[in-house]
Amino acid sequence: MIIEAEQLSRSFTVAERGMGRGWARLRRGARTVHAVREVSFTVEQGEAVGYIGANGAGKSTTIKMLTGILVPSSGQVRVCGLQPVPQRQALARKIGVVFGQRSQLWWDLPLEDSFPILGAMHRQPESRWRPRFQELAEQMALGPFLGTPVRQLSLGQRMRGEVAAALLHRPELVILDEPTIGLDMISKESLRRCLDFERREHGTTLLLTTHDMSDVQRLCQRVLVVDDGAIAFDGPLTGLAEVAEARRTMVVDFSSPLPGAALVLPPGAVHLGAEAEGIRHRIAFDPRQLSAAALLAAVTATAEVADLSLHEPDIEDLVRQLYTSAR
Amino acid sequence: MAETKTAAPPAADSSPVTNAKLLRLLVSARLRSQTAYRGSFAADVAGQMVLALTEFVELYAIVHNVPTFGGMTFAQALLVFAFASVGFSIGDLILGETDSMSEVIRNGKLEVLLVRPLPVLLQLMTSDFQLRRVGRLVFALIALAAALFLTDIQWDPGKVALFIITPLAGAAIFGALFVGAGAVQFWLLDGRQFANAFTYGGRYVASMPGAAMFLPLQVFFTFVVPATLVAYAPSLVLLGLDGPAGIPSWTGWLGLPAAVVLWGLMLLLWRAAIRKYTGAGG
Repeated sequence: MIIEAEQLSRSFTVAERGMGRGWARLRRGARTVHAVREVSFTVEQGEAVGYIGANGAGKSTTIKMLTGILVPSSGQVRVCGLQPVPQRQALARKIGVVFGQRSQLWWDLPLEDSFPILGAMHRQPESRWRPRFQELAEQMALGPFLGTPVRQLSLGQRMRGEVAAALLHRPELVILDEPTIGLDMISKESLRRCLDFERREHGTTLLLTTHDMSDVQRLCQRVLVVDDGAIAFDGPLTGLAEVAEARRTMVVDFSSPLPGAALVLPPGAVHLGAEAEGIRHRIAFDPRQLSAAALLAAVTATAEVADLSLHEPDIEDLVRQLYTSAR
Repeated sequence: MAETKTAAPPAADSSPVTNAKLLRLLVSARLRSQTAYRGSFAADVAGQMVLALTEFVELYAIVHNVPTFGGMTFAQALLVFAFASVGFSIGDLILGETDSMSEVIRNGKLEVLLVRPLPVLLQLMTSDFQLRRVGRLVFALIALAAALFLTDIQWDPGKVALFIITPLAGAAIFGALFVGAGAVQFWLLDGRQFANAFTYGGRYVASMPGAAMFLPLQVFFTFVVPATLVAYAPSLVLLGLDGPAGIPSWTGWLGLPAAVVLWGLMLLLWRAAIRKYTGAGG
């Protein structure tokens, strides 16, 4: 068992400016916010788990409790058999952490210079980390920019560097907080491929938070959905995928205004509404019944299409739909 | 190109990673980072020297207008100034980063440090080894040499030992104050100014003859915040002068013990600060 969380809770006391008038406003009140409430789950070695939920649902707080940055307010947690906060440094040698928004690389140095330092921090002799570094550099295709200072790397290049840095000491568990945020499609895909390879080849356990449904589809067999600090769904991806694929949205711009009623839609498609005086129309469709191409063909038959875009359901919508379908 | 790289891997070293080796790696990485921007680095070094020079001009202006400053001649006051500057610049060089602890907390860098298998304080020390502050140290050493040349010290083995200990104890005292300044910012997120009062304020007090202060301040800056122990008190011993009521000359030997005690206290405070951040109490 790599992660064992039992009735894990964390609350924060948030200071608030006092209400009222005059001097009373200076008195500060305190409010307790329950960021995570009684979350229990276990993760087995070699699993890949997507930890998803809306902003402020308690994902980051959970990750901080798992990595030893925060003490739980109540409940038990063991990661790699260790208690995260009291045994933080011992745990740090067994896990790799990637914060999508923060760098753990040496900003002003060439990318390759970060690795000897990280290797030494993990007390690995060069004979141990060097081959691993070469393996990772090859997989992540770091070669062309190893000599470039980190601050000059593109976001995609830097993230590949960050992930390689987190994997250098062969961690048992890799925790990634929004690893693909802000990346383009190609960078996302290469990052996912590397993580998937890492898990298959070395049995590394992955836990990732993300806003991107395709990260989860590509990488995780299991998803944990948190909402308002509690786990709303824990199960295989297929269960969620049914909801996930329930509705995609096509936004169509016509060359000339068209009343919504004039659109003839095939079964499986629903007209959501029109904007810009009938130029822009939003159409929801179920991809299991109707392909995007078939829908477009039907729409084009009605009027001339100037532009279109496709939208995947975002995590917030998904969680909402998950609730509706559960009730 | 990648082929040749993998074909001839550099001879890998399989010796275990000692603390010394790790420290060397961390510090050298830091130094290389700082010299990455050559232009601004040179400007920084120069700027630090000018800053130190201004402090010296301040002292000079005072002593130039009054015959003695806190019972000291210009040369004697210069010795105090130089000791304080050397101690402060070494402390600042190694631990000055804790000064901006609130930024490290706010921008989330602290979390990156927490998930690494090294004490946070050690990472901070090496994360910003401020080589640019070397400018200040160079100036301080020049001032120290000048003070030695201008003053008339009756050397004996004890004084030689004290002369060697003093800058190191001073560096340790300021280092501890920097650690405390960093720790305080865990509670006061805007506490940088407050913390500066102890570090930079301490330097200011340390660099002037203590007798110029009135008695309660003498006692406070000797036995509570040991600023006068950095430079003034040992200078009294070296010069064979009697101290004012609040700073008897035997306190000249207290620098090292004070540094040890202060480090103990500040490390406890630092630990409490980290525990506060993780919510583990303290």
